[in-house]
Amino acid sequence: MTELTKRNKSILSVIVCAVFLAAVYIGDMLVPPTSGMRMLFTVLEKGSVYALVAVSMNLLNGFTGLFSLGQAGFMLIGAYIYAIFSIPTAMRDSVYQYFEGGLIKFSVTENLGNALGTVMGDFGVMLGEHIGMIFLMLCAGILTAGVAALIGLPVLRLKSDYLAIATLGFAEILRAFFQWKAAGPITNSSNLLRSYTTYETPLFPVIAAGLCIAFIVLLINSSYGRAFKAIRDDEIAAEAMGVNLFKHKQMSFIISSFFAGLGGALLAMFQSSVASTPFTSNMTYEILLIVVIGGIGSVTGSIIGAYLFVACSEWWLRGLDSGAFLGISAGFMRPGFRKVVFAVIIMCIVLFYSRGIMGNKEFSWEGLVGFFKRIFSGKKKTSEKNHKTNTDKEKEAR
Amino acid sequence: MSKENVLRVSDITMQFGGVVAVDDLSLEVNKGEIIGLIGPNGAGKTTAFNVITGVYAPTNGAVELNGEIIVENCPQGKMKTLYKGKNNGKYKDVKVLTPDKITKLGVARTFQNIRLFKGMSVFENVLVAMHMNLESGVFGAAFRSGKAKAEETAMREEAMRLLKMFGLEKNKDDLATSLPYGKQRHLEIARALATKPKLLLLDEPAAGMNPQESAELMHLVEKIRDEFDLSVLMIEHHMQVVMGICERIYVLDYGALIAQGNPEEIQNNPRVIEAYLGVDE
Ligand SMILES: Nc1ncnc2c1ncn2[C@@H]1O[C@H](COP(=O)(O)OP(=O)(O)OP(=O)(O)O)[C@@H](O)[C@H]1O
Ligand SMILES: [Mg+2]
Repeated sequence: MTELTKRNKSILSVIVCAVFLAAVYIGDMLVPPTSGMRMLFTVLEKGSVYALVAVSMNLLNGFTGLFSLGQAGFMLIGAYIYAIFSIPTAMRDSVYQYFEGGLIKFSVTENLGNALGTVMGDFGVMLGEHIGMIFLMLCAGILTAGVAALIGLPVLRLKSDYLAIATLGFAEILRAFFQWKAAGPITNSSNLLRSYTTYETPLFPVIAAGLCIAFIVLLINSSYGRAFKAIRDDEIAAEAMGVNLFKHKQMSFIISSFFAGLGGALLAMFQSSVASTPFTSNMTYEILLIVVIGGIGSVTGSIIGAYLFVACSEWWLRGLDSGAFLGISAGFMRPGFRKVVFAVIIMCIVLFYSRGIMGNKEFSWEGLVGFFKRIFSGKKKTSEKNHKTNTDKEKEAR
Repeated sequence: MSKENVLRVSDITMQFGGVVAVDDLSLEVNKGEIIGLIGPNGAGKTTAFNVITGVYAPTNGAVELNGEIIVENCPQGKMKTLYKGKNNGKYKDVKVLTPDKITKLGVARTFQNIRLFKGMSVFENVLVAMHMNLESGVFGAAFRSGKAKAEETAMREEAMRLLKMFGLEKNKDDLATSLPYGKQRHLEIARALATKPKLLLLDEPAAGMNPQESAELMHLVEKIRDEFDLSVLMIEHHMQVVMGICERIYVLDYGALIAQGNPEEIQNNPRVIEAYLGVDE
């Protein structure tokens, strides 16, 4: 086998990324808005957002071993912060119609767009808006991280199961708060926030999520990532090796929440309207599902899982609800049937791939080459056997 | 000849409710010594280690490291009435450092029931133990700043050196738990040494080893003591090992110290013989 050098591998990765982004850009321009293939871009956009949120949850649950279920709550904060501060002034009266136009009377994206627009014309408007969007996304992340830091103080001292309950409860309280009448002038209570600035090309969420995930991967591969994994594997041993448990748990919790908040902002952009109702524990479970399907402790797995999950729920299985699927039509294909099929698929994955699609492995070029070689030389069976004995061994070790 | 004291355990009592696991234990380890802590099963040896390393706060008593108090406690709350020791009122301060702080001050340990990081490679297991001395922050480390890179390289070199010393360099990238039992014990010691300790606590390092392996372990422990310039306190059931390398030995039975002295004195001590025979029969 020809060995890939480190340099060649990075060149290969860069080329693949560039080709992919170019394909997305060109595809987006070529595919007309009416075409069924637009679904591809919907999946790509939403999938990227979910991938980021799933990876951030994996950082906490899969790499630090903290079973937290506050993801939807953190996304909610991020989504609202983004939306609230980017609704154009002119639209505020209609959006906040029950709250006299709301308390906040400015839009970060609009103001920046106008400011740069006066200097540089149309390009300036676009540039200013994008700077505003990025700025607000970062703000969303930072504020979410701040909230996480505050709840982390008491919550992270709890043992794992209690942590899950506490974070779940916190997320529900947060949702109730955003729907609260008295907070209406800011959050618009249970009414939609809409008309805010969003991105125009699917490249935006793909690149934004990609950069964030890249940061998380770099973090996991650093000394801090090793400390996180040590805590996951054995808290007592980690502490005996000098790892400050609380500090590192807090760090992982805050970073994970930062990206959940940022992911929430991206989701707000993708949906182009936001209400607090969908940010329930159900959403957290969806993300948890992605993490489990992809493989707890695998970033690659979470990414693959996210795209598969979104593609299934938004696209491939839609036919099951509308009565026609792969040319078959039957009476039992009524709205809701999709969920049944989906549940069965998930059960199969959990039963036959109990460690998820990727286990705790990551993507590598060698792995990919090996994968295709196995398929073509028909040696798949032996490799599966190996895999089984390995997992068996691990089970014994536990 | 006055010896420099490294560890001083004074009047430690550790009660779990009414159960006295360690009963008024006092012991000392001086610089460069290899000291044994023995006793029948359930005598409280591991519990003593857990108190020294900050895993448990003792009910009463104090632990000093290089003359500095790292653990001190007196009966609190309902323990006031449950306390069965004789040193009520002798200790007043409450100070229990967390295990990571104590490790940072120079106490490293291994575990009786091996606790390696299961999901990590042999190499990573050792690297984790050096994390506490990292100066780069999260962002520096994630973005691979110049300083972080230099620190990472230094850590990797040091870890490699330790692995070579224990003959583990070939298993570098294996999953820690895939190693054979004896090598796992070695890896635990290597990992402990990576924290740069002044005092090394070994909890039954020769458990499960055959006589030849335990003989090798004895030499290894002596070699470590000399090369890393540290003191060793070790719990061990293999009498051949304990008698072979320990300068002094403390014997625990039902949590209390029943004898202390050099190997010869211990071997001929009637109370020790009784405690051991009483258990073996
Ligand atoms: N966390 C705990 N809670 C309650 N009792 C405990 C706890 N830890 C230890 N004990 C009790 O303290 C006593 C001493 O246990 P310890 O593990 O220290 O013994 P040991 O001398 O290390 O024995 P062995 O040779 O079997 O390792 C035992 O009776 C044990 O049941
Ligand atoms: Mg023990």
